Amino acid sequence: MTTTVEPGTVEAAFSPNGPNSAEQLKQAAYIASQAADVRVNVEIVDDDGMTVNLGPQHPATHGTLRLIAKLDGEQVISCEPVMGYMHRGYEKLTEVRTYPQITTLVNRIDWLGSFANEVPFILAAEQIMGVEAPQRAQWIRTILFEMARIANLSLGIGDMGVQLGAITPVFFAFRDREHVLNQIEAATGGRFHPNYDRIGGLKEDLPRGWIVETKSVMNKMRSFCDELEQLMMGNAVFQSRSRGIGVIPADRALDYGLSGANLRASGVDYDLRRDFPTPLAWNKVEWKVWTHTDGDSFARIWVRLQEVREAAKIVDQLCDGLPAGPIMAKVPRIIKVPPGEAYVATENPLGEMGYYVVSQGGLGPFRVKIRTPSFSNISIVPWVTKGVFVPDIITILGSLYFILGDIDR
Amino acid sequence: MGALAITLAYWQSSIIKLAAVLVVIPVGGLLLGYVFLMKMMAHMQSRLGPMEQGGFHGWFANIGDAIKFIQKEDIIPAKADKWVFSLAPYVVVMSTFLLYLVIPAGPDLVISDLKVGVFYALAVSSIGVLGILMAGWASANKYSLMGSLRAAGQLIAYELPLVLAVVGVVIQAGSMSLSDIVGAQANFKIFGADLGGMPFVATQFVGFVIFMIAAQAELTQAPFDMPVAESELVTGYMTEYSGFRFLSFFLGEVASAFALSAIASTLFLGGWYVPMPDSWITNNFANYIGPIILLAKIFFVAFLIFWVRFSYPRFREDQLQAIAWKYLIPISILNIMVTAILKVAF
Repeated sequence: MTTTVEPGTVEAAFSPNGPNSAEQLKQAAYIASQAADVRVNVEIVDDDGMTVNLGPQHPATHGTLRLIAKLDGEQVISCEPVMGYMHRGYEKLTEVRTYPQITTLVNRIDWLGSFANEVPFILAAEQIMGVEAPQRAQWIRTILFEMARIANLSLGIGDMGVQLGAITPVFFAFRDREHVLNQIEAATGGRFHPNYDRIGGLKEDLPRGWIVETKSVMNKMRSFCDELEQLMMGNAVFQSRSRGIGVIPADRALDYGLSGANLRASGVDYDLRRDFPTPLAWNKVEWKVWTHTDGDSFARIWVRLQEVREAAKIVDQLCDGLPAGPIMAKVPRIIKVPPGEAYVATENPLGEMGYYVVSQGGLGPFRVKIRTPSFSNISIVPWVTKGVFVPDIITILGSLYFILGDIDR
Repeated sequence: MGALAITLAYWQSSIIKLAAVLVVIPVGGLLLGYVFLMKMMAHMQSRLGPMEQGGFHGWFANIGDAIKFIQKEDIIPAKADKWVFSLAPYVVVMSTFLLYLVIPAGPDLVISDLKVGVFYALAVSSIGVLGILMAGWASANKYSLMGSLRAAGQLIAYELPLVLAVVGVVIQAGSMSLSDIVGAQANFKIFGADLGGMPFVATQFVGFVIFMIAAQAELTQAPFDMPVAESELVTGYMTEYSGFRFLSFFLGEVASAFALSAIASTLFLGGWYVPMPDSWITNNFANYIGPIILLAKIFFVAFLIFWVRFSYPRFREDQLQAIAWKYLIPISILNIMVTAILKVAF
């Protein structure tokens, strides 16, 4: 690809003092755009080896992630993720929406555990307003948050089986996850996109009989975990495919900003549910943060499986101790958030999800920065896939477990 | 062995044999696909689709699938090698048809009782890889190419344990003709004890296990399904195929599963023979029940194949080769030596 760049202008554009004239600025922007085009649209031509384009339409990428893999035989020389095929501009869209409208948008970021996306945003808005939801609302939020975690992670574990060629686990995951989705639907009215959280509380209270039914669903999820532990995690082939593959040391994981189970599988004991103060009810119940010392693909899936169990335990305890009371604090009918800013992060199914909300007063936010876990989690892909075999790319992708909406938002 | 009461002219028997092959293979393959690939899978995996579509217990689903495939457009990629691309699926299917020629379904129900039946069956079973290589190369697709090369490497590696596992049976039977092998099992006295015949699986259990593992790899079923690894290579060498040609690959897959199950049950499980009075063989009754007995045994073996397929994840290519060369081949050579020593001793 040739560009019509005048000699000398490149150096000027990237000189240590930075671009000076408007012309140089324009030039720099042009070069940057050309470079981006080259990365996206042109295949790397190299004599030795083959370049395989995994995606954007590929069964292993859960959507439209694209990987440019340079191979030597079956061995990977380099593997670079290219993202943005599903960018929907949610950060920008929030600027032209009112606060109550934004929860419908952010539902669609991590679409498998939708309710968990709403919570940190609402908490951030509440923090700026100085409102706190009543205890009952906080507990129900936590219950649904953990159920979203179960709905997300159980499918992720089952999906790992598919990535490794075992088709059965994912159908078990779909089957048992359905019970959880039914409960979420019964409470919120939405199976995938609940849109249930409100500033100052919740849309409505739980329906009658929901608690009993939820506890039986949690038992089903526990037996699902046992079943997959025997069928999938205990399988010798599964272990030989995932143990020692894609090892991420703890310091590397921290350098790349990994979070969630990916970080904990590398031995870092870090969980925002425990470490970040939120008004939610996690500190009211007994549970454990699971870590694993290996940092390989197996460890990441193993930690997720334990987290599903832990989440079921949390839901059970919260259901038992659910306080009575109102579910909505006193908030004005038309919500106006005073000027201010807040960053609230929660431990979402995929990792740390944070909303940095800046308000200048008014019906909608001035700016929202969404920190999504998958975006950071797949940034380690080029490093961790170096030198592995083609099937291992898939193993590593499956174990890093990203949702495409969470990368591209 | 008995003889048919009626004698047929050469052209008459040829027509009957041709019809038998053309009917038995697709029907058998589709029956296998229906029972195991749809119904058993649906039950094992709690899948609702194959159970609900098309009337009672989803009986129409498979037929509907076939209709759908036939009416799809036959897409040939612009850069593909047209002739090779179009011929490849038929080479795969043809190789499975050839397999059936030597399998006896009764005392007289064999299309061609070759003296080197085992040798022939194992030889033609590897023609299929030629079609797979053709498909992969002609598709002008990197996934297809990688898939077909994986298939070639895999099938070459697993041909060896497949053959070596059979050698034990051949030593015991003292013949390479499949009819003679069934006869030998009918009269087999295990360590001199006459129990009214005994299938070779009793003495050749190691050989049977190795044969089944190698057959699993030969059929590219999980855990050895790297050539079509759908999460890595989309569908490997089949990626660019659509419509009837894709259906041919699919048919080839289930039909060769049927054929290899038939060979396994003939070699190790006694074929069409179960302990029966001699009068059944002399009065032709065995010719009627033989196919049913064989079919039952085929279904048992196929059940094992598909059971493993639905439960296991996939190996990696290097692990697959390691299993073949480090474990299966040495064990099967050991098995041959032990068999030969015992054959001489008893």
